[in-house]
Amino acid sequence: MESRSRHFKANAAASLANPVLQANLKTAKGKFVDKRAIAIKEIDDFEGSREAARNIRNRVLENLDLWLEKFEENATARGATVMWAKDGDEICRHVAEIGKRHGVQKAAKSKSMLSEEANLNMALTAAGIRPIETDLGEYILQINNNEAPSHIIAPVVHKSLDEVADLFHQVHKTPRKTEIPALTREAREVLREHFLTADMGISGGNFLIAETGSVALVTNEGNGRMVTTLPRVHVVITGIEKVVPTLEDLSLLMRLLPRSATGQSISNYVSVLTGVKTPAERDGPEHLYFILVDNGRADVVGTEFQDMLRCIRCGACMNHCPVYQTIGGHAYGWVYPGPMGSVLTPLYTGLENAIDLPQAATLCNQCGVVCPVMIPLPELLRKLREKQVEKHLRPWFERIALKIWAGVAASPPLYALGTWLGVRYLKWLAGGRDRIPVLGVAPGWTLGRDFPAPEGKTFREQYAERQGKR
Amino acid sequence: MRVALFVTCLVDLMRPRIGFAAIELLEAAGCAVTAPASQTCCGQPAWNSGDRAAAVALAKKVIGEFTGSEYVVAPSGSCADQIRNEYPAILADDPEWHARALELASRVYELTDFLVNVAHLENLPGSFTGSVTYHDSCTGLRSMGIKEQPRALLAKAPGVELKEMVAAEECCGFGGTFSVKFGEISAAIAAKKCGNACASGADTIVGGDLGCLLNIEGKLRRMGNEETQVMHIAEVLTAQK
Repeated sequence: MESRSRHFKANAAASLANPVLQANLKTAKGKFVDKRAIAIKEIDDFEGSREAARNIRNRVLENLDLWLEKFEENATARGATVMWAKDGDEICRHVAEIGKRHGVQKAAKSKSMLSEEANLNMALTAAGIRPIETDLGEYILQINNNEAPSHIIAPVVHKSLDEVADLFHQVHKTPRKTEIPALTREAREVLREHFLTADMGISGGNFLIAETGSVALVTNEGNGRMVTTLPRVHVVITGIEKVVPTLEDLSLLMRLLPRSATGQSISNYVSVLTGVKTPAERDGPEHLYFILVDNGRADVVGTEFQDMLRCIRCGACMNHCPVYQTIGGHAYGWVYPGPMGSVLTPLYTGLENAIDLPQAATLCNQCGVVCPVMIPLPELLRKLREKQVEKHLRPWFERIALKIWAGVAASPPLYALGTWLGVRYLKWLAGGRDRIPVLGVAPGWTLGRDFPAPEGKTFREQYAERQGKR
Repeated sequence: MRVALFVTCLVDLMRPRIGFAAIELLEAAGCAVTAPASQTCCGQPAWNSGDRAAAVALAKKVIGEFTGSEYVVAPSGSCADQIRNEYPAILADDPEWHARALELASRVYELTDFLVNVAHLENLPGSFTGSVTYHDSCTGLRSMGIKEQPRALLAKAPGVELKEMVAAEECCGFGGTFSVKFGEISAAIAAKKCGNACASGADTIVGGDLGCLLNIEGKLRRMGNEETQVMHIAEVLTAQK
C-alpha cells in the first residue's frame, strides 16, 4: 500500500472536520474499551498472563530463524509448500505464480493485513485473477472503490450504518435496507456464490505453530473457514514474526487475543489448519501454500525496536489511544494505525516517510498498559524520536528552538533571565486578562484553546524576595 | 525531614503559587523545605523530543544539585517520574552517573505521594469549600502510581466534595510538546476531557500536573466556560475560604 503518512497533519485535520467520522469513532470507542474492561476480569491473573505471553513471544524472537525452520519442516511434512517473500512485490509474484500454476480465475480472500502491505488485490487483478474480499468489513471497502481499512480488526469502524446502507443500495442495486441483519444477509447472498466458485482461498494467519506446521485463524464471521476449506488452493500470507513454538503457547495467547481485541472471551471461530486434504478427508484444500513475509521485519530483529515484533495485532493500543480515538485510522496513512502503526510504519516504510507518526502521541501510556504482550509502545515512540534527531530529520526551527532551550536550561543565570523576560512578555500579551488567545511563540497551542496567563513573576523571583524578608 | 522542592519549570514560569502551596503543605507535615536556586528543568521536553545529549546534560545537572538533599519532592507526577524512572535509563551507559541516578531516584517523590506515604500529613493548612473532580495525569498515574494519594488528601478537607468524572484516567491531550506540534488534535482531546469533567457537576477541576491543568483551563475558556475553576491539588489543600 502506498504510504500517505507524510500527509499526517492534513489527514488528521480532515478527520477532525468530519462530523460523521467523529460520531462513528465515539461509538466504536465505547464498544471496544468497555467490553475489554469486562472481559479481562474473567481471567484470575490477567497481568500474569500478559507476562507469560510476553515471554512466549520473546522466546520466539530470540531464535526466530530456528522456529521458522521448524515450522517449515513440519508444514512441509504435512504437504504444504512454504515460500518466503522479501517484500510486497515478492508476495504478489508468488501468488500470481501459484494462481497461474493452478489455473486460478477467482480468489476468495479472508482478512490479511499483509495483503494490504503488498497491495495484493491490484496485482491479482493485473494477473487475471479476480480477488473477492469476504470479510464483511473488507468487502464493504472493496465495493467502495477499494477504500483502505482504518483499523486492523474492524476495517470499516469509521463507517456508519447509513453509509453502508447507501453503498449496498447503489452497488447491489437492491432496495435500501437499514437493519443490520438485512444488510449482512444481502452480503452473505452475494458472497456465497463466490465461496463456491473461487479456485483459490487467501487468508492471513494469526499464529503459525512451529511444532505442528499449522496456522491458527481467529475470526468472527465464518468466512475464514469457507475460504480455507472450499477452494482447491489455499494460500496463507503472514509475517515471519507470527510463529509460536507450540499449541500450548497458542492456547495462552488465545486467552489474551480476543479479550484484548473485541472483549470476547473467545472469537466465534478459532481454526487451526494443518496440511493439505488427505485421501481420507472430504474437506480442505488440495494445495496449501505459506508465504512468510519479511517486508522490514528481519531488520528489526536484534535492534532496540525488537519488542515491537511481539505484536499479535489485537488493536487494543489503538482502541485505547486518545489520538486514534480523535482522528481515526486513515489519518495515519498506511496499513497500521494507532500506536502500533506509529512504530511499525516508520520501521517498515522508512523513518523519513513517516516523520509525524512517532511525534503524534501524548505518551500517555494507555497503549502500553493494555497491550497483551507488554510492548512498551511509548518508549519505542520516544526512541524513534531519538532516531529522527540523530538523522537530522526534524524541522530546522524545532532543532534551533531545542538547542536554545537546552543551552538556557543548562545555565541557571541565563535561565533566570530568560524566564524573567518570558513571563513579562506573556503577561504583556495577556494585557490584563487571565488568558492569551493567540500565542505567537507556540501558535499550535492556541489553534483550539486559549493559553492561560502567567501569574506575573517567576517562582524564583518571589522565593528570593521572601527569603530576603526572612 | 529535610525536603528540597523541585519546583518544576512550568510552576516557576506560570503558577508560582503552586510552589508556595507545596512548601506550605510540606511544612505543615513537619518538613524543613528549601528550593535550591540553581534548578531549572528536569529535561523531560528534551528527552521526549529525542534530544539525548540535552537530556543527559540536564539529568546530570539535577542530580548534582540535589545530591545533598534528604528528599526531593516535585508538585508534578511527570517531572518526578522523569527523575525517578527516566534518569537511570538516560544514564544507563555511564556506571558512575547511573549509580548516582539510582541513588537520587530512591529519594524523589511526587508531592501527594510524599505527603501521604512518607511525611504522613495529618492536618491540612487550608479550608477549601466546594465540589471538585480529580483528573489523573497519565505519567503520575501509570508510572508513579498516583491515584489514591490525592484523594486521601482531599478526603481530609471537610469542605471538599469529590465528584468523580467519567474516564478520569484518560489523557487530557496535553502530551508536552505534542500540545504545540499537534495543537488541533491536542485541543480536540482536551475538549473530551473538559466535557467529562464538567459533566461530573463539580465546580472545580483539580489535578497534580500543571501542564494538564493549563491545557484543560485553556480549553474550557475557549469553549466559553468561565465558571469552572481549574486548580492544582496543592492550591486546593492550602486554600482559605
